[in-house]
Amino acid sequence: MTAKPLGVRVRKGATTLSFLAPVLIGIAVFFLYPLGSAVYFSFTKFDLLSVPEWVGLDNYRRMADDPFLLQSIRNTLWMVVVLVPVRILGAIGLSMLLTQLRRGAGFFRTLFYLPALVPPVAATIAFVYLLKPGTGPVNHFLEMIGIEGPLWFNSPAWAKPSLVLLGLWAIGDLMVIFLAAVLGVPSSLYEAASLDGANAWQRFRSITLPTIRPVILFAAVTGVIYTLQYFDQAAVAGSIASGQATVGGGISSNFGFPEGSTFTYPLWLYTVGFRYSALGYANALAIGLFVVALAVTLFLLRRAKAFSGEES
Amino acid sequence: MTAVLAAPPALETAPPDRRFKRQRRLAWIARHSIAIAIGIMFVTPVVYLVLLSLMTSDQALTSDYWPNTWHPENYVRVFEVTPLPHYLLNTVIYAVSSTVLVLLSSVPAAYALAKLKFRGSNALFLVVICVMMLPPQVVTVPLYLMWANAGLTGSLWPLIVPALFGDAFCVFLLRQFLLTIPSEYLDAARVDGCGEWRTLLRVVLPMARPGIAAAGLFQFFYCWNDYYGPLLYTSENENAWTLSLGLASFHSVHHVDWNLVTAATVLAMAPLIVIFFFAQRAFVQGITLTGFKG
Repeated sequence: MTAKPLGVRVRKGATTLSFLAPVLIGIAVFFLYPLGSAVYFSFTKFDLLSVPEWVGLDNYRRMADDPFLLQSIRNTLWMVVVLVPVRILGAIGLSMLLTQLRRGAGFFRTLFYLPALVPPVAATIAFVYLLKPGTGPVNHFLEMIGIEGPLWFNSPAWAKPSLVLLGLWAIGDLMVIFLAAVLGVPSSLYEAASLDGANAWQRFRSITLPTIRPVILFAAVTGVIYTLQYFDQAAVAGSIASGQATVGGGISSNFGFPEGSTFTYPLWLYTVGFRYSALGYANALAIGLFVVALAVTLFLLRRAKAFSGEES
Repeated sequence: MTAVLAAPPALETAPPDRRFKRQRRLAWIARHSIAIAIGIMFVTPVVYLVLLSLMTSDQALTSDYWPNTWHPENYVRVFEVTPLPHYLLNTVIYAVSSTVLVLLSSVPAAYALAKLKFRGSNALFLVVICVMMLPPQVVTVPLYLMWANAGLTGSLWPLIVPALFGDAFCVFLLRQFLLTIPSEYLDAARVDGCGEWRTLLRVVLPMARPGIAAAGLFQFFYCWNDYYGPLLYTSENENAWTLSLGLASFHSVHHVDWNLVTAATVLAMAPLIVIFFFAQRAFVQGITLTGFKG
């Protein structure tokens, strides 16, 4: 290939740049610059009124004996370990059910998808009302069939499972992704297996599951990242279930209600930064989150070439 | 309601045996019963909210789930006795302007990443994915300080201005869509003497309409539902609150009027569901594009 004249190359480069300029500026100003600042700030101590003062590794040492941090890490890990697999299993189950329906598959698919559209704040409010121990219809129903319902969002043991129920309800996005994958399995494979006498479970194990494995990996990794930033539902559920919400006004004293059981890592980061104004320490917490999320992202990019757009 | 889903593939071949036939009918009934039961569980929360919103404020505090008397006027009262109109206006301003700006800035970038050959395009795409994947909380404090120094916290500006400079998820989604457009069309336009910008505007844009619709819908829904952003930047000034933030604090201000709280909650979700029914196809296509094919 012969090199093109310099003028043509410059003009082509300028055109390309004109397409990319806004996004390049955006990445620099709203991502790279604040990321660099966060690294620098994490070695300093300051609040909204003072200038950053260099304190070396103090903030990172502080992380080692911060009981609230430990609690928030435990809660976030709990959510990762329970919420992510439960949502994936639920989405696979629903999409398998939908492919088995002869009538009304489109209707049921829309029905199962709709809750994913409900704003998280509205959905959380709905679930707090629904699960309200005294007056909520769920415990009312359980009582009718002779079961004493738990205290749900008002019990330290049941608050996180209640959030998992909320996450299951809004499963629509994940279900649509799995449905596309399950429908993409060639039906000739199923026919061949049926002729060999494979039952439904065997067909699922040996045909469906291997084919949708990349989608499961994708869902698991994006699910972990989504759960690492779990904030809205936990914040709103805690405030509203405690019955004395002051979420507006920027500061909530009800984060983590009851007894810190819904206190996730991002809630602690927010509290440290915007309630205690310990901005240096908040940035150290942010860098901790960054390192974990980056590791998970890189894992996905290495494993899933298709995701990075290359032909697999 | 249109069924987008293609008819599911027939998985079983019919054995002639009569016992088998009965078994299959039972399985049919079982599967549909399960689907109906799950369907009821999925609509119950919304139906319960709607019923609660139609009660008197006294009855809404009880464990009843069927209104003794119906009060649709709650939906008028909630506009009169709460700042709901204000929240609604702020949310519309945020969601509409952000969506328009994000599309204007993201479509050209996605086109360059999908169809133009340039050095560093793979690296740039990796950066876009990282920005998309990393939790927003990581850069929260420096960004907040940036806006505070500019004197713009307590307004909608910190939520809208970044849209001028694209959104990583939108760029990603649009690029995936534009990759599906055959390059032959673009080459034909170039041979006819179109510059890259004219190729984008005249040839690519009309073909990319479904992808752009999906990206726009996602951005609109994201802004409409956004809680973290408004909490961070507008909480100090109630005049700038959006629906999500207003709803979350509604409960404390009007905590006895559960009927009004639920009416406002229903109003917050209604527009999204209406939009979904008009744009179902674009939506589902968008979701499938973001989850990659195996």
